[in-house]
Amino acid sequence: MEFKFTPGNQAKINDTLKKYPTKKAAVMSVLFLGQEQNGWISKEVMKEIASVLEITEEEVFGVVTFYTMFYEKPMGKNHLQVCTNVSCMLRGGYEIFIQVKEKLGIDNMEVTEDKNFSLEEVECMGSCGTAPMIAVNEDYYENLNADKVNEIIESLRQKN
Amino acid sequence: MEKIVLPDIKDLHKIEVYKANDGYTAINKALSQSPDDLIEQVKKSGLRGRGGAAFLAGLKWSFMPKTNDKPKYLCVNGDESEPGSFKDRQIFELNPHQLIEGTLITCYAIGAKTAYVYIRGEYHKWIKLFQDALDDAYEAGFVGEKMKETFNTDFACEIYIHKGAGAYICGEETSLMNSIEGQRGYPRVKPPFPAQNGLWGCPTTINNVETIANVPKIINKGWEWFSKIGEPKHPGTILFGISGHVNNPGVYELPSGTLLTDIIYKYAGGIPGDKKILCVIPGGSSMPPLRGDGIEGVKMDAESLKAAGSSIGTGGIIVMDEDTDLVKVLARIAKFYYHESCGQCTPCREGTSWLVRLLDRIGQGNGSSHDLDMLIDVASNIEGNTICALGEAAAWPVRFMVSRFRDYFEKRVKKEIVLPVKNKVHSMRDTAFPLDSP
Repeated sequence: MEFKFTPGNQAKINDTLKKYPTKKAAVMSVLFLGQEQNGWISKEVMKEIASVLEITEEEVFGVVTFYTMFYEKPMGKNHLQVCTNVSCMLRGGYEIFIQVKEKLGIDNMEVTEDKNFSLEEVECMGSCGTAPMIAVNEDYYENLNADKVNEIIESLRQKN
Repeated sequence: MEKIVLPDIKDLHKIEVYKANDGYTAINKALSQSPDDLIEQVKKSGLRGRGGAAFLAGLKWSFMPKTNDKPKYLCVNGDESEPGSFKDRQIFELNPHQLIEGTLITCYAIGAKTAYVYIRGEYHKWIKLFQDALDDAYEAGFVGEKMKETFNTDFACEIYIHKGAGAYICGEETSLMNSIEGQRGYPRVKPPFPAQNGLWGCPTTINNVETIANVPKIINKGWEWFSKIGEPKHPGTILFGISGHVNNPGVYELPSGTLLTDIIYKYAGGIPGDKKILCVIPGGSSMPPLRGDGIEGVKMDAESLKAAGSSIGTGGIIVMDEDTDLVKVLARIAKFYYHESCGQCTPCREGTSWLVRLLDRIGQGNGSSHDLDMLIDVASNIEGNTICALGEAAAWPVRFMVSRFRDYFEKRVKKEIVLPVKNKVHSMRDTAFPLDSP
């Protein structure tokens, strides 16, 4: 499937390019835009970005695989990121990870059949003082316990 | 005690409130002085980097060449990915304009006309908050070309946000530069140092968000005032983030040299259930852990912690009570560095994976005393043999936790310690911990 940036995103790319002396430096911003528009980073997205930024497809691919926030497969509409690093772990991060896993019936980096949810065990998100936490897409939910986690998932289910 | 970076002023994140509290007067004052004078003042103030290495900020600035044949850059490091560290987000949220003003002053002092504020990608909310503040500052004519008119000067500086995408290693300064350049975040071999050969081969300075946020107050109130706060060799206040098994986790801005026990008991409200402390990591997960029975009298500043056998790091204090499964904790820390190793250097790439495998084996109850020696051996072979400090970050927790808690680990491999629940980390939710408290 061919991928082209929307005119709106093309304008955003042009703005980003003004920030840097080279086009290549914009690759992370442009990848975020591509991911936002396409839902995930497909080969076509990488190809288009390479052509827009005048770099090789390999260079784009190298960046995609280095950073954890670029997804090379479609994730759920609600991407749940549960931190299990030390500070969260000491306050129940793993219990929450297991709770979410069982409730949704999926494992790490899997997507539910209805494509509504996906789960990722993430490294420290900077919520150590408000641990444990879940990030749903871009939003942080902090100071969690089992009931709150259930509430979050139920309310996301109802939104669908 | 006066707070420097996060003062208790309501709505300080709003530009009009910041202005009403002497905001953007330090940059005006700075522009009337020579860059060398500014560097000298920051040097004399004794301000040390808050990102982990505690290097003298003024000295770092003085490494920048005085010639202008190439553009110069400032990178403000807000990657904040060290487990246990969560202070920079408070600055983005509560006092962004002081960070912007500090960035402007630093750029003027080192001769940079462009600054990149690198913020970790997961911080969507804080990127937006900081961008809003930055837009207001541009609008008000404090940043960009309009500066020339506002401050009646010929200096102008652009500030851009660079959003990270989830890589701990990008908090390492040379990796951060590669990331800004649009490459994989591989650390670079030093020398050449960034001040000679940084972003796009140009002279570059990289400072932590908290370091830069201190600068306006130093310029406004004078280096002497700053140098008298806290410990003389590491002056100023530090944003201590305390997490784990304490009643009131959070960020506390306190003078350097504050007693670790005061932070835990006086400010963070002590340990739930009045349990004893088994282990404390004083500066983020990569710093050597301290035994809970040895923290009496330990002061929180670079020199004192060094003497106590650890390091100030990012000031992220992680507290573990007596029921904690240290094997699980250490295995989790090791897993983190294994995951975040960029893979360039063999000792780190292979070693971190061995540390995880050994610790998992011990955790499963199949470990031996020999494995404990092997952990220290593997860790010692990573340390010092890598391009960047991630090698140390991976090795220190393992080396020091195993050696300092040898008694505990020996009992675990000999199965003399029976855990309340097998192979489960003691978590707060099993105690009467008030999770719903504000």
